[in-house]
Amino acid sequence: MANEADLKEFRREVADWIKHNKPSDPGFLLPQTFMEVGSEQVLDFLREWQHKVWSSGYLGMAWPEQYGGRGMSPLFQDIADAEMKLARVPICFNVIGLGWAGPLILDKGTDYEREKYLKGILNAEDIWCQGFSEPSHGSDLGSIQTKAVRDGDDYVVNGSKIWTTMGNYAKYMILLARTDSLAERKYNGLSFFLAPMDAQGISTKPIKKLTGEYGFTETFFNDSHIPADCMMGEEGQGWRIAMQTLQYERGAEAGAAGGISILSIVMNDLLRMAEDIERDGQPLLKDPITRDNLVKFLIEEKALYLAEGRMGIPALCADYPNSLALSGKLRSTEYYRRMRQYALTLQGAQSALYVGDKEAVDGGFWQRAYLNNFSTTIGGGTSQVQANIVGEHVLGLPKD
Amino acid sequence: MTNRSTNMAIAFSEEQAMVLDSAKDFCSSKSDITTVRSLLNTEIGFAPQVWSEMAELGWAGIAIPEQYGGSGLSIGAVVPLVESMGRHLLTTPLIASTIASQAITRGGSEQQKENWLPKLAAGAVGTMALLDNEDFGTSTSTCLLEDLGSELQLQGSKLLVADAAVADVFVVSARHNDNQVLVLVDASELSADARISKVLIDETKRACTVNFSGVKVGADNIMPHSDTALRDSKLIGALLLATEATGTCAATLDCVVDYLTSRIQFGRLIGSYQALKHPTVDMLIQMDSARTLIYHAATVIGQGPLDRDGEIACRMAKAQATDALMFAGDRAIQFHGGMGFTYDCDAQLYLRRALWSQHQYGDAQHHRSHLANLLLD
Repeated sequence: MANEADLKEFRREVADWIKHNKPSDPGFLLPQTFMEVGSEQVLDFLREWQHKVWSSGYLGMAWPEQYGGRGMSPLFQDIADAEMKLARVPICFNVIGLGWAGPLILDKGTDYEREKYLKGILNAEDIWCQGFSEPSHGSDLGSIQTKAVRDGDDYVVNGSKIWTTMGNYAKYMILLARTDSLAERKYNGLSFFLAPMDAQGISTKPIKKLTGEYGFTETFFNDSHIPADCMMGEEGQGWRIAMQTLQYERGAEAGAAGGISILSIVMNDLLRMAEDIERDGQPLLKDPITRDNLVKFLIEEKALYLAEGRMGIPALCADYPNSLALSGKLRSTEYYRRMRQYALTLQGAQSALYVGDKEAVDGGFWQRAYLNNFSTTIGGGTSQVQANIVGEHVLGLPKD
Repeated sequence: MTNRSTNMAIAFSEEQAMVLDSAKDFCSSKSDITTVRSLLNTEIGFAPQVWSEMAELGWAGIAIPEQYGGSGLSIGAVVPLVESMGRHLLTTPLIASTIASQAITRGGSEQQKENWLPKLAAGAVGTMALLDNEDFGTSTSTCLLEDLGSELQLQGSKLLVADAAVADVFVVSARHNDNQVLVLVDASELSADARISKVLIDETKRACTVNFSGVKVGADNIMPHSDTALRDSKLIGALLLATEATGTCAATLDCVVDYLTSRIQFGRLIGSYQALKHPTVDMLIQMDSARTLIYHAATVIGQGPLDRDGEIACRMAKAQATDALMFAGDRAIQFHGGMGFTYDCDAQLYLRRALWSQHQYGDAQHHRSHLANLLLD
C-alpha cells in the first residue's frame, strides 16, 4: 500500500509534469467530452495527448505491468486524475476502452484477450466504440434487434447501431447482439462481442449533431462475419456482461484505467465568466436578480457534490435507500443543462454568437457546452425515462 | 471515472445514530396523525407529558454542556431528533428551547449559564424573542433597552415568539445605546396581559406577540457575548427549522405516494400517470437535497462560534429545505384532487407547516441574499 508521504510526493510530481507538458491552445475548440471527437484534427491531437499521458506513466497506473500498466495502487491514478482535472488538461478520449472494455477484459477476459487488447487501449493506438443502442430502441437495451447467427467459425451479424461514439475511427466495438430470438426472456437472447470494426460488411455513417459537429456514427452490419472467438462469455450472457460493463463506468468497482473523460464545467467557471460582464457600468455580479439565480445554482451544486457523502451513510437514506443512487443521473444532468442554459443568458446579446465567430464569449464554449449537454439528458436513458425509473423503483409508483 | 476519494463533508457519529434511532420510534409512537389532530385546538399545542418524557430522555439538553446538566454534544446531534419531529408533526417547545439554550451557551455569562442552562436541560422552556416587525433581515432592532438610573428598562414588542405562552425565559434582542444586545427576561417579570396568542396558519404551532415594554432588568441580564450569540443562534435556528421542514417534507412525500398508489381514476392508479409521477420524483429530489444539506450543516457546526463554512451550510439548508417543503405541500394538495381541498385531508397540515416554516428564521430569499455576499463578493 501507498503511504501518505509517497502520495503527497506523487501529487507534486504530477503537478510538475502537467506544468511542463500541458499542451498550449491548439487554435481549435477541444472536446469537453469524448462524444465530441468530430474531426481528424481533433482525433490526432487527442491521440497524441493520451499517448503522452500514458507513456509518461499517468494512465492505467493500476493495471498490470505486462499489459501496459504500472501495477500500482489506484490511489495514484486518482491523484493523477484529480491533478489533471484541476489543471484542465485535455481529456483522455479513448473512454470506451479505458472505462468499459478494458476493465471488462481485465476482469473477465482470457490471457490472450488481455495480451491482444489492453495495451492498445492505453496508448490510444486502438480506439474502442460501443454498440448497444439501436435506432428503434433508444434507451431500451432489452429490445435489441441486431442479429448474430452462428455460421461455422463466425457469427454473421445483421442490423444497425446508433450513437456509436467515434464509430468511424474505432478499431474495435463492444457489441451487444441477439443470438437467440426465441429466448423466453428477451434479455437471455443477447450475446456480447469484442468485434473488429474492419470486418467486411461493417460501415459507418457520421451523424451531424445539433452543434453542427460530428462525434457519433450510425453503424451498419450487412452480413458481417465476426469470428466466433470474439464472443465474451457464452451465448446468452450478453445482457449480464453488458450490465457488468456499465458497472465499471459507474465506478462501482475499481478497474477503470483512469484519465479524465470529461472536462467538468462547474459554477466556478460560470462565476469566472460573469466577473467580466458589465451592465450599465456595473459588474453583472452586483445585480440582485443575477446574484439570486447564481446562488440557487450554487446551492444545487453543493447538494449534488455532497450527495455521495450521504449515500455512504445508510441511516440517512433509510426511507428510500436507493434514491440518491438511482436519481444521480437525473439530478446532475438536468442541473448542468439548466446551469449552462443560464450561462448563455448572462452573455446578453452576445449569447447569439456561436463557435467560429471571433467575438463569441470564450470562443462559443458555453453555447457548445449547453447544446452538447443534451447528450447527457438524452443518452443512457432520457431524463423522462430516468424519472419513471426513480418513480417506480424508489417511490414504488405503478408503471405507466 | 471512479471516485474513491472519501467525502468527509458529511459525517454521522454514533451519538447521532443513537438519537436518530430512538427519536424515530419515539416520534412515531407519540405522534400519530390522530394525536396531531387532537392537539390542534388545545391551548398550548402539545402534550405536556410527551415534553416531560423528552426532557427525561435528555433531549432538551443534548447540546447543553455537561457541566450545566446537558449531554455536551454538538447541535448536530439535535438534528436527527428534530428531523423525526418534523416527520411526525410532533410539536413541543424543543426547537424554541434548544435555540434559546444555544444562545445562552454561546453568549451568556457564567452566572446566566448557571441560572438557566440546568433548568432548560431539565425541561424548562426558553424561547427567542427576535422579530420587531415582519422583516427578519432587519439589522437594527426597534425594541430598546433604556437606561433608567441603575436599572435598565425594555421598550417594545416582539412578534411571533414561539411557544411564548409556556416559556420560562425569553432571550430578547434589543438595542442598547448603539449596540444590539441579547437580554434574558424571566417570564415572571412580564405583566399578565403581555402575551397575546396569535392565530397561526399552522395549527400545530403556537406563538405570541409579547409586549416587553416596562420590563426592568439588571445589567447582568445582558449577555456579554451578544454579537456572536445573536448571529449564531439565528443560524442555528435556521438550521433547526430547515431540519424540521425536511422531516415534514419526507412525510408529505409519503402522504402523496400513499394516495398515488391507492387512488384509482379512469381505471388506473393515478400514480401511473407521468403528470403526477414526475413532479413526485421532483419532490423526492428536493427533499434529498435538503436532507443532504442539513446533515452537512450538522457535520460542520461545532461548539465554537460558527465559521464561514458553518454559516454557508446553515443558510443553504434553510433556503433549500423550506422551498422543498413549500413545493411538496402545494403539490400534495393538488394531487389529492377534491379530497385535497378538505380539512380532513392531511395534506393541509403539511402545506400549513410549509407556510409557517418558510419565514421562520429567514425565508429562502433572505438566506440566498446573505449567501450571495458570502460566495460572490
